[in-house]
Amino acid sequence: MLKIVNTPLTKEIVYTLKAGDRVLLNGVIYTGRDAAHKRLFEMIERGEKLPIDIKDQTIYYVGPCPAKPGQAIGSAGPTTSGRMDDYSPLLLDHGLRGMIGKGLRRKDVIDSMIVNDCVYFAAIGGAGALLAQAVKEAEVVAFEDLGPEAIYKLTVENFPVTVIIDNKGNDLYTIGKEIYQRKPE
Amino acid sequence: MREINVSEITDVVTKLCIDANYYLPEDVRKALEGAMEKEESELGKEILGDILKNAEIARANQVPICQDTGLAVFFVELGQDVSVVGGDFNEAFDEGVRRGYEDGYLRKSTVDDPYLVRKNVGDNTPAIIHVKIVPGDKIKIIIAPKGGGSENMSALGMLTPSVGVKGIKKFVLENVEKAGSNPCPPIIIGIGVGGTIEKVTLLAKQALLRTLGEYNPNPEVAKLEKELLEEVNNLGIGPQGFGGRTTALAVHIETTPAHIASMPVAMNVQCHVARHKEAVI
Repeated sequence: MLKIVNTPLTKEIVYTLKAGDRVLLNGVIYTGRDAAHKRLFEMIERGEKLPIDIKDQTIYYVGPCPAKPGQAIGSAGPTTSGRMDDYSPLLLDHGLRGMIGKGLRRKDVIDSMIVNDCVYFAAIGGAGALLAQAVKEAEVVAFEDLGPEAIYKLTVENFPVTVIIDNKGNDLYTIGKEIYQRKPE
Repeated sequence: MREINVSEITDVVTKLCIDANYYLPEDVRKALEGAMEKEESELGKEILGDILKNAEIARANQVPICQDTGLAVFFVELGQDVSVVGGDFNEAFDEGVRRGYEDGYLRKSTVDDPYLVRKNVGDNTPAIIHVKIVPGDKIKIIIAPKGGGSENMSALGMLTPSVGVKGIKKFVLENVEKAGSNPCPPIIIGIGVGGTIEKVTLLAKQALLRTLGEYNPNPEVAKLEKELLEEVNNLGIGPQGFGGRTTALAVHIETTPAHIASMPVAMNVQCHVARHKEAVI
């Protein structure tokens, strides 16, 4: 079913989301992919203050295209989430509530999501032009030197995502596949 | 000898970089429409509809279909009666990539020092150029920008000849299943069989350039393409991995003679944003 959700997320919002739900996100989300995750992870390990407060926030794994004149952001679809798996559990332990990407997550990430009451959404991989239309404002807030991998603060309106893994550990990738697979006779 | 100035190559490459990233090829659009009609999953149908809508937005607004505008990969057929003048052939490609990725607002996705610093080069160079010398006095340039997500799910198997067709199927199905939702399904699967380690991976990539809906001219190979497509789609991964009957749009296989001891198999995975564009100078 289609749900409209405002960010920042809370535990209470997360409890209402189930694997397979289609969701329109509204509010602020942050971008962050490989290089930004590595830096955030290392800063937490060194006990440093992060450049953004991640409590109850949602990170979108994306490295957007440069904006054309008149655009808030260039094409901005998700990148493969699995590459963030080494970093995600620590971020979830430090308050991160939501993640948006595409593709499979490792078991330790899912376990951490269950413990911390978090949600993993997918946006449509390869639909960067469509997704960019839901981004109304974009501003670099950290690691500008990383170029497309910098952390942007995005303000989104009805940003379309699907709940893949909910806080009970239900996984749409597993559920969906089981329904439509045909086993060899 | 026909003289072609490097500046002409640069101009063509610049335009190819931009056009390939803005305009989804017609055969891919048709294949997606066909898949949408057949898809049994309602969610899968919606996803395929959004993917088609995305391509329309990209075309209408002249923006990249996908933010991963890839490494710039070129297949070049260089006529042996052509004399390239006015500068360096390879630099002409790099300059075209530099301009195309800047002028087209494409993402620069190349990092140098790949296992240490990983610093973004800033202009998406170097171009990856595969040149074949052919008869004639023209240069044919095909660009196939390649994104990281699907490329990462590609695989090489140095199989033993005794495993045969069964072994090839097992290799492909296992790797597609393992990739799951990661390479943005529906995917196109390019497979090379035979040759050496570098030859087979190049064949797998070249197989992706074939027009969707066309089969290998060898009926036995075409049969394997059809069987593998059905078996891949029976995995149930579906559009974006959400479950469904469309995991792949096509399986393309290219073969070449192999060593008596070897049966190398390479699988190059391409996401649904199957970009390629060609020009002839």
